[in-house]
Amino acid sequence: MSTLEIKDLQVSVETEDGPKEILKGVTLTIKDGETHAIMGPNGSGKSTTAYSIAGHPKYTITGGEVLLDGEDVLAMSVDERARAGLFLAMQYPVEVPGVSMANFLRTAKTALDGEAPKLRTWVKDVNGALERMNLDTQFSQRSVNEGFSGGEKKRAEIAQLDLLDPKLAILDEIDSGLDIDALKVVSEGINRFAERDGKGVLLITHYTRILRYVKPDVVHVFVDGRVAESGGPELADELEANGYDKYVKAAAAQA
Amino acid sequence: MTVTDAARDTVAAALESDRVESHLNPPPSYDLADHPLPTGREEVWRFTPLKRLRGLLDGEASTGSLTWDTTIPAGASLTEISPEEARALELAPNERPAALAAELSGSARLVDVPADTRVEEPIVLRLTGGSVDDLVHGRMVYRFGAHSEATVVLVHEGSARYNAISTFLVGDGAKVTVLTLQDWADDAVHLGRDSIRVGRDASVKHASISFGGDVVRLHANVEYAGPGGEAELLGLYYADAGQHLEHRLFADHNAPKTKSNVNYKGALQGTGAHTVWIGNVLIRKVAEGIETYEENRNLVLTDGCQADSVPNLEIETGEIEGAGHASATARFDDEQLFYLKSRGVSETEARRLVLHGFFSELIRKVDVPSLEERLTATVEAELAKTVTSGSSAAALEA
Repeated sequence: MSTLEIKDLQVSVETEDGPKEILKGVTLTIKDGETHAIMGPNGSGKSTTAYSIAGHPKYTITGGEVLLDGEDVLAMSVDERARAGLFLAMQYPVEVPGVSMANFLRTAKTALDGEAPKLRTWVKDVNGALERMNLDTQFSQRSVNEGFSGGEKKRAEIAQLDLLDPKLAILDEIDSGLDIDALKVVSEGINRFAERDGKGVLLITHYTRILRYVKPDVVHVFVDGRVAESGGPELADELEANGYDKYVKAAAAQA
Repeated sequence: MTVTDAARDTVAAALESDRVESHLNPPPSYDLADHPLPTGREEVWRFTPLKRLRGLLDGEASTGSLTWDTTIPAGASLTEISPEEARALELAPNERPAALAAELSGSARLVDVPADTRVEEPIVLRLTGGSVDDLVHGRMVYRFGAHSEATVVLVHEGSARYNAISTFLVGDGAKVTVLTLQDWADDAVHLGRDSIRVGRDASVKHASISFGGDVVRLHANVEYAGPGGEAELLGLYYADAGQHLEHRLFADHNAPKTKSNVNYKGALQGTGAHTVWIGNVLIRKVAEGIETYEENRNLVLTDGCQADSVPNLEIETGEIEGAGHASATARFDDEQLFYLKSRGVSETEARRLVLHGFFSELIRKVDVPSLEERLTATVEAELAKTVTSGSSAAALEA
């Protein structure tokens, strides 16, 4: 089971001129087994939504709630959210020098499961996850994200998704900077995850091209910190043809 | 006259004719009058808490000694030598503590590895002090013959007011690793000078690792007896509340085609933890085609710490392969911690991972297997202290 409910979420960040409101009341629900795409122009609050749900300290929640299977996510620390079943694939995965992927993955898996993974199957699992993402098994000996190319970082994020097996995956611009082959590999990884029982996916993207490979059940258009419109996959096609202009103008007229 | 003696004379002659006026490189002298008691305002003393040296610079004579527990493997020898013999071999002091150690230590010790000898196991010298009341002057010479290979591990434990002058003569083509571990009790005071002369095409790795002591101030100096020598100067330090750990490096590129690579990393935690890193590099006119790089990184784990980091580079020839330096002092990177925590890892465990990663590359580079476990364990034990204090931050965040 995995249902993520975002209700009237309001978020601000500290700036030099005081707090700035980024999310002005976001409401959406991802039901069991669904894949949702959030699209929108730069600065519309897509990434803020992702990082707020994961608990990044930069963002201050000023209103609303986020529930994962009815549990109050916003009351949890960052690691508690992960242990509750949330996973955030980042647009810019962070380098952790001197910490091998193997050590990192094992530490994370142990934290998530409450016990160390069985050594015999674990190495095979790690190698399998890397190979499915077209990453050499030598990757597990490299420091976390250090010296990885942009595409390798994204593929490593999806390999983690495969191994750590959360309930709900939030993927923040996982498609940015990927060439067509890497985009396919990453999309296949997302699809394999989404096909598992009771998983949810929140796919945040600026472009429609990944939606040729990952089919969303619902598409949300974000403009100016709100959901401007929600619809089926056909909404992505319309955005591909007409862009965000119509929504941006409507939001400006409202403001 | 041995090969190394000949080389030394050549270098001495070169130094005389090519003296560079620089505070990086004060003139050597055994005459204490040339090294007056510092006031603390001197460039080379301004970071050091002179009062906490407990009179170690006063010049008081003492017959105190440390307890020596040694492992001298086949191929190497350890003998006592006279002050005159030491003086004939060693690189002369150019600052007060080293001059005092030479003047007041009485006899000296010589670790000798003959030419073409490969000493398989590390030469281990375990020096233990009985009490901080003990005033001890030490004088050591390490001589590695041409094309020899050896590893020296020098361990300092217990407590003392200890002041030592050490010289490492690395013969042509020799391959030498020196690891000095300062694992003193909390009240120890340690002043040390390691000067290394790297023979033609020789390579030396010198690693200084400081965990304990109230005040530790160490010099590691490198000069070259000919072209093609390589020196790697590594350091790892971990300062707790109230500790002063100071490392001063000097790479004197006085021969062409030589290399120096300095990499020191430190962590600081607790009120009054103070670290100082001074990385001096001099590239003389003659030193064409050299390569040098020095790097110092500090991780500040709590409030109330101070990390001073000063790289200096003096270049007298533009005909070099490369010269650079980097210095960075930072707190825990919030983005790194967030990334790890977003995978379910707790705050405490995330900090442990980041710190482990910070030091692991350096410990791998030190590459003395018999000590690796101890180093990792000591780092882990130090981390455990910050992890405990770090849990307050975790609690606040939760």
